[in-house]
Amino acid sequence: MDAKRLNRRQFIKATGTTAAVALSGIEGVVAARRAPAYAQGTKLHWVRWVDFIPESDVELKRQMPEASKALGAEVVLETINANDLQPRITAAIQSGSGADIFIMLYNWAQLYGSQLVDVSDLATALARSEGGFYDVWPSAAHVGGHWLAVPHSIIGNAVAYRRSWLAEAGAHEYPKTWDEARRLFAQLKQKGKPYGQTLGHTFGDAPTFCYPMLWCFGGAETDKTGKKVVLNSKGAVEAVKFMQAFWKECCDEGGLAWDDTNNNRAFHAGEISATLNGASIYIVAKRQQEKIKDEKGEPMWQDIDHQNLPAGPAGAFTMYVPMSHAVMKYSKNPKLAKDFLRWLQKKENYEKWFQTQGGYSVGATKAWEKNPMWSTVDKPLQIFRTAARSTRIFGHAGPATAKATEGFSKYILTDMYAKAVQGMSAEDAVKWAEAELKKIYEG
Amino acid sequence: MNKPIAGGAGSAARLEVVLPHPRATEPRRLTRFLENERALAALLLAPTVLVLGTFIAYPFIMGVWLALSSTSVGNVGEFVGMRNFAKAWNDSIFRTAFGNTFVYTFWATIFKLTLGMWLALLLNRHFRGKRIVRASMLLPFIVPTVLSTFAWRWMFDPTFSVLNWLLYRADLITTKLPFLSDGTYGMWCAIVVNTWRGMPFFAITLLAGLQTINPDLHEAASLDGANGWRRFWYVTWPLLKPVTLVVVVFSVIQTFSDFQLIYVLTGGGPANSTHLLATYAYQVGVATGLLGEGAAISLFMLPVLFVVVWLQLRYLRRMDGA
Repeated sequence: MDAKRLNRRQFIKATGTTAAVALSGIEGVVAARRAPAYAQGTKLHWVRWVDFIPESDVELKRQMPEASKALGAEVVLETINANDLQPRITAAIQSGSGADIFIMLYNWAQLYGSQLVDVSDLATALARSEGGFYDVWPSAAHVGGHWLAVPHSIIGNAVAYRRSWLAEAGAHEYPKTWDEARRLFAQLKQKGKPYGQTLGHTFGDAPTFCYPMLWCFGGAETDKTGKKVVLNSKGAVEAVKFMQAFWKECCDEGGLAWDDTNNNRAFHAGEISATLNGASIYIVAKRQQEKIKDEKGEPMWQDIDHQNLPAGPAGAFTMYVPMSHAVMKYSKNPKLAKDFLRWLQKKENYEKWFQTQGGYSVGATKAWEKNPMWSTVDKPLQIFRTAARSTRIFGHAGPATAKATEGFSKYILTDMYAKAVQGMSAEDAVKWAEAELKKIYEG
Repeated sequence: MNKPIAGGAGSAARLEVVLPHPRATEPRRLTRFLENERALAALLLAPTVLVLGTFIAYPFIMGVWLALSSTSVGNVGEFVGMRNFAKAWNDSIFRTAFGNTFVYTFWATIFKLTLGMWLALLLNRHFRGKRIVRASMLLPFIVPTVLSTFAWRWMFDPTFSVLNWLLYRADLITTKLPFLSDGTYGMWCAIVVNTWRGMPFFAITLLAGLQTINPDLHEAASLDGANGWRRFWYVTWPLLKPVTLVVVVFSVIQTFSDFQLIYVLTGGGPANSTHLLATYAYQVGVATGLLGEGAAISLFMLPVLFVVVWLQLRYLRRMDGA
């Protein structure tokens, strides 16, 4: 538009557009049919993990030009290994430069809270429009009365198992208790088909197994106040003792050195009969059915099923992985970052990503349980649809504070089991873990 | 006024006196400044001091400050004295990492020295294709550590290890060896990989040292009836000692502060049994965000390395004096 020839109508149109953008964010952008006035060359840098469902990363990268066009600024997505996320966030915060938006796993918003932009307006609007968040979200992203990360999705987990192998051992359904599981997998290990579980320093498969194992025997890290460490208890010792026996009798003992990908590869190679994982084992086996076959040469996915972790004396529990997005305080474009997150979670954009997940993730709200995508998903994946309704997070029985995150980042519970299965007595392993937790909570 | 200069020093000097030019004062001042040896030395040293100050002194001072503070990610800490050091010392994982660092450095250096010396002696002989062998020997040292360690990690993989497969096929084992899933095995695997990677540095440096030894000395020793071992022990080794000490000093520093290899190969596991000071400092400081505690853990390396280097350099100086 030539400024010298700006007439009254053009002036009203231009100022009206700007006002619409300022007042209503992305809705304004859409209504105005033009990009908002971000300075030319403005870039938004977004860092996420490398998804276990590669098609989802492809879809997000496909969406970036669309987002750039809608926002009038270049949006760049970078995907990195999940184990490298925390170091990357620390480096960015300390240097005061880096990505504008980071993905936050579990309750990391608690740990980095002082450096995150308040996104309560986005989060509350999202919750309102989709009928409310799952119960795990306040622990994960609500800090000191503010939402510091926008809930995005939750990755469920369940035990992926080979239906035919369990049937050969006389089990026509997955064991409901850990004692039944121990009897079953002891038989399978003797046949060279052990249970696969990592006890390595991993962000996903190790903690999502180790924490529920503690809880299902009645153990807890802290009391309800979250100030007193109560790990050294009968429940924790029983959990560790059970794990020692289960490891020796039932598991592939190489799991001590596994990362989050080893169990996927071992399962697809027919080396293990079952493992706790997200839905990626099934989804990848189906999408690559020409390559991933069972011992009879048939596509392996047809023989895979899922079930929740078995129950212990205190019940059955799960720990899923909430994924949220946080805008960093050092960002020079916090408004643009928030506009982008609003754009990302708009139903039409989010749904395209959600469909590529094929059941690997559930939404941040129950509304996504009703998405038509679930009617296209195979029966073995239906278990993930409602997976997020009851999930705990670390720090139990207290709140999931930054101290709980510290315990997670130091792999204390994982190492408690790892030490015990390598020969330390259960009592000593629990005492060691309690001492480490006390240094965090009470030190 | 502007008479042509007749030539000769006297004329030029006279012209300067007679015809002072206002612009000439500046270059003269610069010339005088540059003629001052102290000023010139300071000027020439300035870029180096700037680089060292920015990239070595500043991070070091920051590291010391962090170690004495309660800084955590995003939170400027306050001075806490030696509390982080005391906390680290009372931490069982720290003590494991501290012990591991000594074990790892000691054995890896011994192996690198022994095998490097052996390789250097072999390469010091004349044979066909000597140059190609010498060049290819450097490959482990040239390949980026992260890449080569990934390759080793696949070879030691708990499920798909090619080494286990070979040993099993050769009827040497009946069950898989727990290369990385057992703490002791894991540490020895790390030592093997470090030796593989560092040995060429020893070999090539010692080879350079060997080539400075006058062949006449060996010839004379042979004429006196010395066998191969005696020639090595009484001729080669004493002359090679200074080079060896320098290589060992470098190697100890690098191995003691090693990070990449352990981070990629074992991540410090299983159950922290292969953590070194550097990897544990990274886990606490960067991954967990406790920057003060992480800095304190890494600073534990300083006095140890200082003593090692001081002892070795002192010995080297004595040898020079002798």
